[in-house]
Amino acid sequence: MEKILDVKDLHVTFTTYGGTVKAVRGVNFHLNKGETLAIVGESGCGKSVTSNAIMRLIPDPPGKISNGSIHFHGKDLVRLSEKQMRNIRGVDISMIFQDPMTALNPTLTIGTQLMEGLRQHKKITGEEAKQKALEMMNLVGIPNPEERLKQYPHQFSGGMRQRIVIAMALICEPELLIADEPTTALDVTIQAQILELFNRIQEATGVSIILITHDLGVVAKIADRIAVMYAGKIIEVGTKREIFYQAQHPYTKGLLKSVPRLDLQGEKLTPIDGTPPDLFSPPVGCPFTARCPFAMEVCDKVYPGTTELSDAHKVDCWLQDERAKQLLASTANN
Amino acid sequence: MLKYILKRLLIMAVTLWIIVTLTFVLMVSIPGSPLNEERGTNETVQKNLEAHYNLDEPYHIQYLLYLKSIVTLDFGPSIKQPNQTVNDLLGRGFPISFELGIVTILVAVFSGIILGIVAALKHNGIIDYMAMSLAVLGISIPNFVLATLLIQQLAVKYEIFPVATWSSPAHMVLPIIALATGPMAIIARLTRSTMLEVLTQDYIKMARAKGLSPWKIVFKHALKNALMPVVTIMGTLLAGILTGTFVIEKIFAIPGMGKYFVESINQRDYPVIMGTTVFYSAFLIFMLFLVDIAYGILDPRIKIHKKGGES
Repeated sequence: MEKILDVKDLHVTFTTYGGTVKAVRGVNFHLNKGETLAIVGESGCGKSVTSNAIMRLIPDPPGKISNGSIHFHGKDLVRLSEKQMRNIRGVDISMIFQDPMTALNPTLTIGTQLMEGLRQHKKITGEEAKQKALEMMNLVGIPNPEERLKQYPHQFSGGMRQRIVIAMALICEPELLIADEPTTALDVTIQAQILELFNRIQEATGVSIILITHDLGVVAKIADRIAVMYAGKIIEVGTKREIFYQAQHPYTKGLLKSVPRLDLQGEKLTPIDGTPPDLFSPPVGCPFTARCPFAMEVCDKVYPGTTELSDAHKVDCWLQDERAKQLLASTANN
Repeated sequence: MLKYILKRLLIMAVTLWIIVTLTFVLMVSIPGSPLNEERGTNETVQKNLEAHYNLDEPYHIQYLLYLKSIVTLDFGPSIKQPNQTVNDLLGRGFPISFELGIVTILVAVFSGIILGIVAALKHNGIIDYMAMSLAVLGISIPNFVLATLLIQQLAVKYEIFPVATWSSPAHMVLPIIALATGPMAIIARLTRSTMLEVLTQDYIKMARAKGLSPWKIVFKHALKNALMPVVTIMGTLLAGILTGTFVIEKIFAIPGMGKYFVESINQRDYPVIMGTTVFYSAFLIFMLFLVDIAYGILDPRIKIHKKGGES
C-alpha cells in the first residue's frame, strides 16, 4: 500500500503568558492511499492541533511546530514556505471544520465560496468552474444546485451547510481530506447522512481521510484504522477491529467502556476517573499513570516503548512488557 | 424592495414634519422678531412690514404658511436680506458645504478603514500601537481646537496652506483634515476591533484552508464582515460631520450653508431658519436612508424583501 502521509515525531508547542503548552509531543502515524484513519481522544488531547499542523494552519505566534516532519508525497510540509503551502492547501490537502454554521462566510454566496478555491488554483473559465460546482453539489446531494448556488449560507440548514463545506473541500479533487469533528455540531439523523456521504465520496473519488473525533460511534461507522491520542501522544493505533475488540491500552479500554451501548443492557457505564494531565508540564512517564487502574511505579518514571502486536496494531504501555505480564499473573495466583 | 422604500419615504416625511413643527415652535417661542430693531420705524411702516411677511397672522396660519412653503419648495425672500430669496442662499451655500462634507466623509471612511485594517493585521505590533495612539488623539481633540492648531502651524507659521476661504484644492486641505480626523479615528478603532474579531472566525480559517492568498482573505472574506458595525455608526458620524461643518465653515471663513444657518437664528430671520433647517434635516434623513440601504447590500441576512417569508 502506498503511504501518502507520514508524520514522524511531531511536536507542537504554544507559548503563552503562563508558560509553554506542549500540545503535541512526538506523534507518529502514517496514512495509506484511499484509507480512513480516525484520530480519537478526549478534548484537549491534541488531535485538532495535529490536524492543523498538517495543514500548517497553526497560528504562529503563539503556536509552533517545534520538531518533527510531515511527509506528504515525499515533500516535508514542515519545511515548505507559506507560499508553497498555499499551493497545497485546498488542492492536495483539504480540511473540513467542526461547525458548519460558522465555516461559511455569511456575506458571500455559496457559489462564490464553492468556486473560489477552484478559480484560485486551476486555470479555468467561469463557466467550467460553475459546471464543476454543480457537479460537486450533486455529489454531496444538494437538490436544485443551479438555484442554490446563488443563495447565501443563512438560507441553508446545518446539514446542508456541512454538505456545502464538504463540496468546497473536495472541489479541487484533493488526495487527502482532514475532517475535524465533521459531525459533532449536527443532530443525529443528519450525522448518519453525512457519514454515509463520506463513505460514498471515498468510493467515488478514492480520497484518503483523516477523521478527528471523540465520537466512537462515528469511528465505528467509517474508519479503517484508529489512532488513540492522549495528552499529546498517540498511545495506541490499530485497525478498527483491533481497537474495538483487542484494545490493549487501559485508556483505550476505558474509552470503550464509557460509551453507552444498546446491545449490552444492564451493564454499568464506567467513566474514566480523573482528568488529563496539565500540558504545561507533562509527566515524564506515561501521562495516563495517574488515572490508570494498573499503574506501576515504572509508569510514572519512564515513558513505555512501542510494542508492535501486529502490522497495524501498536501500543505504548508498560503492561505489554513480559515482566509486567508475569507480575500480573503472580498477583492473580495469590 | 419598492414597498420598503415607499414605507421608508413615508416615515422620512413624518420625521421631517416633526422637525419642522418643533423648529417652528422653538422659533416663535424665542423672544424678539426679525423686525423689532431700534431703527425708529414708525408704526404704519412696522404694520405694513409685518403684513408683508405674514407676521401679523395668528401662529397657526403662519405655521400652515410655512408648511406650504416647504411643500412648494419656495421659502420666499430673506427678511434680513430682502433682495435675496432663501432658495438663492441655499443654492449658493449648499454646493460648498456639500463638497466639504462629502470629501470629509470619503477621507474619514477610507483612511479610517485602512488604518484599522493595518492595525488589526499588525496586531500588537508597533504600527498597531502608533495607529491606535493616533486614533485616541483624533477622538479626544475637538475639531475647532485642531482647526486653529492647523491654521497656526501649517498656514501661519510654515505657510504651506492658505488660511481661509474656499477657492482651490489647497484651500480644502486644512478644513477637511480638521473635520475628518475625529470620524476617521472612530472608524479606525472600530474597524480594528471588528477586524480582529472577524479574523478569528471559522470561515477565515476555512478560506486559509482553501489556499487563498492573505490579500484575498482580508479583502474578500474579512472586510465585508468587519465593515458592518462601521456602517451602523455611519449615521451618527454623518450627523457629527454635518454639525461639524458649521464650526469649521466659521473658522475657515468658508461661504457654505452653515453661516446662514447660524446667522439666521441670531437675526430671527424666520424664512432662512426654516429653509436651512428643513434642508439640513432632509439631507441627513436621506443620508441615513442610504446607510440603511447599504447595510442591506453588505449583509444578505438583512434582506429587506424576501419571497420565502424571511423579513
